[in-house]
Amino acid sequence: MNIKILGSGCPSCIKLEKHTQIAVKELNLEASIEKITDFEQIMSYNVMSTPALVIDEKVISYGKVLSPKQIKELLA
Amino acid sequence: MNIFNWFNETFLKMTWLYDLVWKIITGLFDLDSSDQIGNILHFFLYDTIKIFILLGFLIFLISYIQSFFPPERTTKILKKYKGIKGNIIGALLGTITPFCSCSSIPIFIGFTRAGLPLEITFSFLISSPLVDLASFLILMSFLGWKIALAYVVVGLILAVIGGTLIDKMKMEKYLQDYVVKIRENATNEDMIILGMSQKERVTYSFDQVLDIVKRVWLYILIGVGIGAAIHNVIPQNVIETILGEKNPFSVLIAAVVGIPMYADIFGTIPIAEALLGKGVGVGTILAFMMAVTALSLPSMVMLGKVVKKELLFTFIAIVSTGIIIIGYLFNLFEFII
Repeated sequence: MNIKILGSGCPSCIKLEKHTQIAVKELNLEASIEKITDFEQIMSYNVMSTPALVIDEKVISYGKVLSPKQIKELLA
Repeated sequence: MNIFNWFNETFLKMTWLYDLVWKIITGLFDLDSSDQIGNILHFFLYDTIKIFILLGFLIFLISYIQSFFPPERTTKILKKYKGIKGNIIGALLGTITPFCSCSSIPIFIGFTRAGLPLEITFSFLISSPLVDLASFLILMSFLGWKIALAYVVVGLILAVIGGTLIDKMKMEKYLQDYVVKIRENATNEDMIILGMSQKERVTYSFDQVLDIVKRVWLYILIGVGIGAAIHNVIPQNVIETILGEKNPFSVLIAAVVGIPMYADIFGTIPIAEALLGKGVGVGTILAFMMAVTALSLPSMVMLGKVVKKELLFTFIAIVSTGIIIIGYLFNLFEFII
């Protein structure tokens, strides 16, 4: 599984990344978490509101910091 | 008393709170309205409590409406319009799309990437921090509905004209190179719009309230502090000399002081209220509020990352000039409002 966090490094992006790491760990998933900070790449997912969560190249959420619990539900 | 007045007095002006704060102050400290310390204390407590109550309610309400208009949707809507119509829709959408100076870069790049002309983007960027439902209601509460309405209308006009001017001046070439490259490489796919459930909208609105209170509480306290000082400590004649109607430079001074300042409408309100009480012209006060909200050092730094300095300075010049003209016009026609 490939997870991407889209965001230019704002505080909420860092928070979303942390929450994702917690979720992945708690679910014992084999997943790579990647951070995308380049605007061109972010926009290529057709989103503007950051932070956004992309799982296997599909935009799952944008513009909000999901809690680890919410991310777990999305990953499961 | 009609229902509109009752609503205004109770929920917006909060006259009950005004009396309550006096009761508390006289009860606890044995001070009354003839006492300077009592007046300062009253201004500070009443304004702070009132602003935070309004802030909480208004941000919740506005965020709920805004949750229907993420920037992704705004982009999609704006793509359908061209010319002055696009500017008007852009300025109007600027009032309901969630926005803070930190999101101006992605919004700018997103709009440009979607092929929106600069004029629409700038109409949006001018109206977005300047005018929204929250600012309208809070202005109505503190300064009356006439000033509130005037503020919103001239704010939107400024946004539309500002965008048009930037188009007429052919500024397209002053985008940063990487922004141009992003536009050239863009595919014509539409933005993704994710739906939200009712519950998600409520949660989102709550989060927005917390977020914004955390971000602005200090500015509000500073604003109320300055307001209290103007209201009670700084002598009337000092204010009149600097900002009064007899000083032909009053609007200019108000704008120049306000432009680099970074605060939102909630922080400037207590200052505006106190200045109005000291007989400062409505135009001067509007110029100050618009300068503080529309332009600030942080937002200029942000904008400088996506446009070259020629366009940045043109933007600052257009908005500042517009604000100053608005100020003088309002002082001139004050008898109407």
